[in-house]
Amino acid sequence: MIDVDPSLVDWSRAQFAFTAMFHWIFVPLTLGLSVLCAFFELIYLKTGNEEWKRITRFWMTLFVINFACGIATGIILEFQFGTNWSNYSWMVGDIFAAPLAIEGLFAFFLEAGFFAVMFFGWNRVSKGFHCFSTCMVAVGSNLSAVWILIANAWMQNPVGMAFNADSARFEMQNFAEVVFNPIAITKFTHTSSSCFVVGAAFVISVSCWYLIKGRHVEMAKKSIVVAAVFGLVSSTFVAFTGDESAYEVAQKQPMKLAAMEGLYKGERGAGLVAFGILNNKKTAGDSQDAFLFEVKIPLVLSLLANRELDSFVPGIDDLVYGNAEENIMGVNTKMEKGKLAVADLLAFKQAKKDQDAAAAEDALTRFGVNKDFMGYGYLDTPEEAIPPVALVFNSFHLMAAVGSLFPVIFGAFLFFSLKGTLTEKRWLLPVGIFASFLALLAQQAGWVTAEVGRQPWAIQGLMPVKISTTDLSATAVQVSFTAFAVVFSLLLIAEVSIMLKAIAAGPEGHTK
Amino acid sequence: MISNLDYVTLQQLWWVICSVVGALFLFLNLVQGGQTLLWQVAKTETESAFVVNSLGRKWELPFTTLVLFGGVLFAAFPKFYSTSFGGAYWVWMLILFSFIIQAVSYEYRTKPGNVWGTKSYELCMFINGSVGILLIGAAVGTFYTGSSFVLNDMNQVTWKYTLGGVNLRGLEAAFSLFNLSLGLFLVFNARVLGALYLLNNLDLGAVSAMEQRLRKAVLTNFICSLPFLLYVLVSILLRKGFGVDENGVVSMVSFKYFFNLLALPHLLLSLLAGIGLVTWGVILGARKGSVKGIWPAGLGTVLVGLCVLCLPAFNGTAFYPSTFDLQSSLTIYNASSSEYTLKIMTYVALGIPFVLAYIAYLWKKMDSQKLSVEEVTDHEAY
Repeated sequence: MIDVDPSLVDWSRAQFAFTAMFHWIFVPLTLGLSVLCAFFELIYLKTGNEEWKRITRFWMTLFVINFACGIATGIILEFQFGTNWSNYSWMVGDIFAAPLAIEGLFAFFLEAGFFAVMFFGWNRVSKGFHCFSTCMVAVGSNLSAVWILIANAWMQNPVGMAFNADSARFEMQNFAEVVFNPIAITKFTHTSSSCFVVGAAFVISVSCWYLIKGRHVEMAKKSIVVAAVFGLVSSTFVAFTGDESAYEVAQKQPMKLAAMEGLYKGERGAGLVAFGILNNKKTAGDSQDAFLFEVKIPLVLSLLANRELDSFVPGIDDLVYGNAEENIMGVNTKMEKGKLAVADLLAFKQAKKDQDAAAAEDALTRFGVNKDFMGYGYLDTPEEAIPPVALVFNSFHLMAAVGSLFPVIFGAFLFFSLKGTLTEKRWLLPVGIFASFLALLAQQAGWVTAEVGRQPWAIQGLMPVKISTTDLSATAVQVSFTAFAVVFSLLLIAEVSIMLKAIAAGPEGHTK
Repeated sequence: MISNLDYVTLQQLWWVICSVVGALFLFLNLVQGGQTLLWQVAKTETESAFVVNSLGRKWELPFTTLVLFGGVLFAAFPKFYSTSFGGAYWVWMLILFSFIIQAVSYEYRTKPGNVWGTKSYELCMFINGSVGILLIGAAVGTFYTGSSFVLNDMNQVTWKYTLGGVNLRGLEAAFSLFNLSLGLFLVFNARVLGALYLLNNLDLGAVSAMEQRLRKAVLTNFICSLPFLLYVLVSILLRKGFGVDENGVVSMVSFKYFFNLLALPHLLLSLLAGIGLVTWGVILGARKGSVKGIWPAGLGTVLVGLCVLCLPAFNGTAFYPSTFDLQSSLTIYNASSSEYTLKIMTYVALGIPFVLAYIAYLWKKMDSQKLSVEEVTDHEAY
């Protein structure tokens, strides 16, 4: 077995969570605003109206300020798999790394190559080619999301691979299965459309500020119309993809779904918690109520999870302790099988070292029986398989509640814009300013749900986080964590300050 | 055709691809080299604006190439990725930090409200171009000098080097004269490339005083790089290498890299042609009126880089040797991904020429006119 310092695991986890969440402040805006910049410029190309060029250049300026910070904070994520999660890198690099390499080759270069044309090429290339370059930056940004989400989805639902006992790692067997992983498809559609919401909300926020101040009114109104249409379509799509995403979670990660809903005892015809306050004293297996207060919509959780109103949705207790009636194997049993698998793998390696072919073959056969449970062999208790329920539940409900506001917000802005009465609706403009913060909050909450919800697994069911780390001292990670916290905070201060100045300066400050 | 490639060929092919990406990164370090020249060659605000805006149109390329280099190493040689990045923790962290602070520096340097002041961002650029490249050189140097690690049966790395009881996690690479020399050579070579690129990209009529300083910088940095290059080359020829026999057993072999050069004459040719091309580029750069020096020097850098990265990997050599436990050393055969993954990645790699082609096209399109005073003083300029 592998002895790992728990504080090392916690600090490594904290560092990755911090850097990833920090990076994700900038990424959604990059993805969303890049598409909006392309729309603005396409309108300019189509109409030839110089006002649209002015609008495009203004939003492009804000895009670039954000883009720089996104790039700066992104480089560490890829390399961190190696620096802090080297066991993980070795165990699954054969599968997990290919999407990252493809992302670098096809997406990053598309962004990097056309970025210079988009930002500096106004007087160096034709209008058409410039617009094409802006579109390519948007395509590159979103293509990057495709590949990174394929990689992430594989961690949630490992498909298209097998464990190779000789090399002691997972190896790819079917690339198409990895790419077309159902979780990857729902993850990309849900994530990218929610990023479009952030971009649209940002444009509306800044524009509303101008409308309140009575500055750049025409630019703000025009921007709001485009952003509201884009935002309305995107936020509606987010709702549909969210439903599909939850269905896939129910099928592939039932423990995550149970935590998202605070569901301890599985039931048929389960209701969806619309609002609830969790009982913090509740633990798996006890008889306490999970909620101090809850409002449930009957049957909806079963419908959402299995597309059937009276279907059974397993709870945390069913998944941890088993439910013979519903044919659910408990974690305890899986752990026993997993420990056998780990022991047989070690016996196989020893036999190979001793050049005892018969013993090696025997150990390999035994290993094959239980290999699917190998990850469970590293758990110490069945309860270790439960993610932090309160954090997952609250994040999920925060994301869903905030996310459901956006079709209404965008709808309102579009309606009053088309009616020509937007500037008269003084109550709506502060809501618009607040919209981008709400959108970012929903983004962060969504990722907390997705990533904390799959704990303790780095690779769902196969590899717990605690055996994925590099053999470092906890002190080393504390130092690097602190360095990231300091450097990233300095960057954020500068980014926000420059962004605010650029917004205050308006389009005149950025065009000659 | 790709489906017919055997495992060994795929492994070799992928090391060559990684080496090409690494060598292109060394060429693109012209951005990093240029950054370190900023305070030396630019004496006025306009000159600074010229330097930063010229480099600023390219800064994403080395950054992206570094990310790609990491990505292809991870995909093709995951054991190296996990061993080196996980083991030499602090070296890679420092390199990454130097690129993190670079990424915002161009955009934020002169923007109103940048909080930390223009000089801070210029300092970030300088650190990236000097410390960052020095450490990359030192890390590459360990391909020849080795690192102190051991892998267990499950291929998990334990780093062994300690100083006063403190595990330096790769920083000890900087204690090796060879590694330091390679790093310093790369720093000075990047400065040569940076000066040559600026000569090529700027409207020299607008910055005639800076032109002289740039031409001087080409020559002086080339001269500064020579002792380090010489030491590295002589050391490579004379030092013991980490040979691997047909059973995979690693042992120290005298003059290993010298014999590798003889056994792999195309690498010898690449090295000699590379040095010749860099020298030619320098001669062009030092000569008044010529602005084309970047192209031979750039190609030369790529050829030298290819040789430096391929030499310790082929002809029965361990490319990431362990000085603590020779048998933990990594070869391109024991560190690679599976045959299936390498085949899939090879299909993907068919897109590389396409990517290179459009990058070259965009480069040409954007650089067809020299950078003018108007452009570098525009509100949107860096």
